[in-house]
Amino acid sequence: MTTASTEKKRRGGLLREEFGNPERRTAYYMVLPALLIILVVAFFPILQAVNLSLRQATVAVRGPFVGLENYSEMFQNPDFMEGLTNTLIFTAVSVTLEFFIGLVIALAINRAFRGRGLVRAAVLVPWAFPTVISAVMWRLMFQDQVGIVNYVANAIGLISQPILSDRTLLLVGVILVDVWKTTPFVALLLLAGLQTIPGDVYEAARVDGANVWQRFLRITLPLLYPTILVALLFRTLDAYRVFDLFWALSNRELESLSTFVYEGVRVSQLQFAQGNAASVFIFVTAFLIAIFFIKVLGMQTSTEE
Amino acid sequence: MASATATGRAGGRGALNSALFYVFLFLFVLVSMFPLIWVFKMSIITRAELFAAPPTILPRNPTGQEYTQIFSDPAFQQALLNSAIISGVTTVICLFFGSIAAYSIARLRFRFKSPVMTLILAISFFPAVAIIAPLFLQYSAVGLIDTYWAAIISDVVFALPITVWLLVAFFRELPKDLEEAAKVDGATTIQAFRKVIVPLAAPGVFTTAILTFIHAWNEFLFATTFLFTPETQPVTVVIPNFASQYTTDYGAQAAAAVVVTVPLVIMVLIFQRRIVSGLTAGAVKG
Repeated sequence: MTTASTEKKRRGGLLREEFGNPERRTAYYMVLPALLIILVVAFFPILQAVNLSLRQATVAVRGPFVGLENYSEMFQNPDFMEGLTNTLIFTAVSVTLEFFIGLVIALAINRAFRGRGLVRAAVLVPWAFPTVISAVMWRLMFQDQVGIVNYVANAIGLISQPILSDRTLLLVGVILVDVWKTTPFVALLLLAGLQTIPGDVYEAARVDGANVWQRFLRITLPLLYPTILVALLFRTLDAYRVFDLFWALSNRELESLSTFVYEGVRVSQLQFAQGNAASVFIFVTAFLIAIFFIKVLGMQTSTEE
Repeated sequence: MASATATGRAGGRGALNSALFYVFLFLFVLVSMFPLIWVFKMSIITRAELFAAPPTILPRNPTGQEYTQIFSDPAFQQALLNSAIISGVTTVICLFFGSIAAYSIARLRFRFKSPVMTLILAISFFPAVAIIAPLFLQYSAVGLIDTYWAAIISDVVFALPITVWLLVAFFRELPKDLEEAAKVDGATTIQAFRKVIVPLAAPGVFTTAILTFIHAWNEFLFATTFLFTPETQPVTVVIPNFASQYTTDYGAQAAAAVVVTVPLVIMVLIFQRRIVSGLTAGAVKG
């Protein structure tokens, strides 16, 4: 410790200022445990996943280096491609629906009314459920002998076969359940954003003769834009990582990117290396999605006051 | 919107608008709550009624036998206990590390604050599934597989961003005078934090605890990857397996799902205001 600090003093400047000052030193000690656990449990493993994905690895041995072979095999694996397609469809459709329905709900309930508490609680209930338990509940309702949704859909001629035995219907099902579960959350975020827009801005626009539609386009949307980006980024990344819902609702039938990784790593373990390649693929693409939101769409990430 | 209150005063059309508004609210609440209500109904009816076509709307002879059955199942009791332990310990650890880090970020001055915060928040965008294989190997190497700790450690890391983010927001709202006064009186930074900030921030810490607990209670991926035996598996892992255990006993599956969600529904009803303030604290700067 002493040699380290004298060396820092010799280097002087920035580091001395940072670690020589007792208050600043305390500040670093206080963030250190959180940083360490994050580095050890999240960032170190991702490097290890990269390493494993470049080897002929199994759960028991690291195996020899094989370059990008696992990746090329992965892209030729129909299960992976199915998972990728399903994940992309699921993400695009569910996030779009959640955003538009959530925006309509937020606009509608952005006023003082009786029973606000009840509505807020109703909004939170689906959000607070464990996803797997929601999936179990909906699976019971989709079930062909006792399921109300299957019964009704069948009675009005919407479906010609049981929901749970058809992969397309299952994909529609997971999208519906996700919309049910997270639209209220999106509405809640957007509502909080709407409430930060001061009322006199609308008042002024009205005096100037702007109609409802103009006020929405010229005031609400631009001022809500930062909140919209936050909501969309969270939802997109959440949907892209989907695991619980696919796994439990379809009883392991429907493939997503995450279920492909899980099966490779944990269930079959024969595709351990390919599972790691898919892990790295998900990590990199999720990272690119976040970058896209921050750089291209201009999402603010500043954490300063 | 401001216009809504204005039309509300305009008489007849306002009344119609208002009626439509409440119809809309009713439908919204109904759709949100429907699965819980319906699955609850499935859990209290007889098997004959369950398989009836067309399905009955209201239960004919309500019975609690499915609940008796699952509560007398030791595996289910154990799973509830496991869930409580994993989420409870995760919450405590997360609040401890999270609050000291959050205090440092909210109140102390240091140069690398921005990268530190970015690193912590980046975890919320981190696909957990990407690291299950390396973590599995690491946990196996140190003998943590199939112990509560495997789930707890992983849950702590992924709950930290929300904990830190919320606590930073809450700590920033507190007046600075008190801790400065404490420091003038000779308290160290740590003492000022423990004796002044923590008691003052108790409501915010409590809100954070609720959200962290819900996060851990609902976690599934790590639990299903690292925990193999009924002695350690939480409800999120055990209940989907009921589908194969109680193959056609849909009533028991329904009852189990209801039991797991009831504590959450109660928590939401009691703390809805806090939860909403916590959930939206991060996304909206107001």
